[in-house]
Amino acid sequence: MMMSVALPVVLPLLFGALSVMFWRSHFAQRSLGVLGTGAMLAVSVWLLADTWEHGHVVMEMGSWPAPFGIVLVSDMLAAIMVVLTGIIGFATALYSLSGIGKMSEKFGYYPLLHLLLAGVNGAFLTGDIFNLYVWFEVMLVASFALLILGGERAQMEGAIKYVTLNLLSSMIFLTAIGLTYGLTGTLNMADIADKLATVEDTGLITVIAMLYLVAFGVKAAAFPFFFWLPASYHTPKVAVSALFAGLLTKVGVYALYRVFTLIFNQDVDYTHEILLWVAAATMLTGVLGAAAHYEFRRILSFHIISQIGYMIMGLALFTPLALVGGVFYIMHHIIVKANLFLISGITFVMKGTHELKQMGGIYRTNPMLGVLFLIPALSLAGLPPLSGFFAKFIIIRAGIEAEAYWVVAVALVVGLLTLYSMIKIWAEVFWKAQPEGVETDDVTSGPMIWMWIPVIMLALMTVAIGLYGEPIYQMALMSAEQLLDPSQYIEAVLGESRP
Amino acid sequence: MEVVMAFVVGGLYAAAIYMMLRRSIVKLVIGLVLLSNAANLLIFTVAGMTSGAPPLIAPGDTVPEGISADPLAQAVVLTAIVIGFGVLAFAVVLIHRAYEVVQADDMDQMKDTDR
Repeated sequence: MMMSVALPVVLPLLFGALSVMFWRSHFAQRSLGVLGTGAMLAVSVWLLADTWEHGHVVMEMGSWPAPFGIVLVSDMLAAIMVVLTGIIGFATALYSLSGIGKMSEKFGYYPLLHLLLAGVNGAFLTGDIFNLYVWFEVMLVASFALLILGGERAQMEGAIKYVTLNLLSSMIFLTAIGLTYGLTGTLNMADIADKLATVEDTGLITVIAMLYLVAFGVKAAAFPFFFWLPASYHTPKVAVSALFAGLLTKVGVYALYRVFTLIFNQDVDYTHEILLWVAAATMLTGVLGAAAHYEFRRILSFHIISQIGYMIMGLALFTPLALVGGVFYIMHHIIVKANLFLISGITFVMKGTHELKQMGGIYRTNPMLGVLFLIPALSLAGLPPLSGFFAKFIIIRAGIEAEAYWVVAVALVVGLLTLYSMIKIWAEVFWKAQPEGVETDDVTSGPMIWMWIPVIMLALMTVAIGLYGEPIYQMALMSAEQLLDPSQYIEAVLGESRP
Repeated sequence: MEVVMAFVVGGLYAAAIYMMLRRSIVKLVIGLVLLSNAANLLIFTVAGMTSGAPPLIAPGDTVPEGISADPLAQAVVLTAIVIGFGVLAFAVVLIHRAYEVVQADDMDQMKDTDR
């Protein structure tokens, strides 16, 4: 039995159920939150080690053989994503100890957190396309509830847009699943890939591929579908924002990586050309949106969009190096982006606002926080020797080798503009003097210790990936090799049962 | 039969998109309901509409006798209906709360977060 692949899904569900049982006890819920996410991180590292050793780890649920039952499959990409989920989940749980507030805890913050993490891990690990839909819905329902914890007007308005567009994309996804089933008669992803190779009607396959592109494009906040993200991500509690920013859109990106390497690799010239245009437009619109805004979390939200573009660019170029870059980018981005959101929470406690115009002078009172902000901010912009430099470097090098010069040009310009808006935040929040006539309550001590620890932890990881990126690169390399050779995945899942 | 169902499904999708493009949030939710029903009917149709026997396998056999209905598509539709219903319940509560907070059933009044 390959238990390691089931535990990252089972554990959060278990701890979620436990925290429902201790509904009234804040202390028990908090401890379960930290314990549960910590345990999840531990088993996800175990899964990564297992996957590193065996290549693919497969578990047939209920021992039903592969194309008939539901399988959980972990390849290198899935294992990496699960570890990142563990890291962000653990960091958020620690941060929530002092950052979330009693009211949110009372309305079930911790059970929802566990449920969200279970959904995210399930989506990464499942090998069945309809099961992927189910995990998407688990994740979405938990995220809906987390988004409106607090019940302010902005949250309601943001939630309506978030809920509507995400449900629309779920229904498009379901439509695509129905058509795939009609075409192949199976829901197992490896089996679909196997059967589609024999289907003559490539036009129909391309249509279905585009349906998947739209469905996952909405979830990933790619170019024409991103409007729900900047409308909603700056409204919930900061811990929730950080969790969403780190994980949710990346589930969409992961799903794009999965279906456009495993299943839809028949007509690469056509489908991946579209992906390349989407990537370029996503990068550019995201960063231009960020340049126009002066609210801390809205700027960061727009930057999520522009960074998604880099990840899709890695997939769209579809060369080994580009996929290495894409996977590396995802790893770097999740850590950095969640960290920036967590920092915005600390500055919010200090200044009581997210508006850049009303903040200032934090570097004078708290130079440590300034440094902690600069590490992820400069990493996001891609300055050496931080993690973002290597991520961007690999992708841009892959772009030059694939002779897609225009998209490389876009990527470089976007990098520069990213630096501009990070410097804008730095100058407004940390460097300039506190504007006169704005009241602030400078709280810097007390129970905030739990907000600092995850920030420091994630910043150290960013530096570590930058200074010692070789193991990360090796992992990305292995996942790229697996992605480019889907026969390994099919072989691992279907094994001898294949005719 | 498949042709008729194709038109029904297409009509449902069209109606759903039309409703979602209205300004009223109640009509928006009605659009979501129609959309999930359309997707469910699509799966049902696409899996093939055979009036076959239940897919039960007699003891000793490995395949069912004669033509039998496809159980997987029905399981998928059933799951999708349940999920759709749960999500819909959330959406209805959400628009109720949003109506209480914003005091309007109009998407044009909900533009604060886009500025």
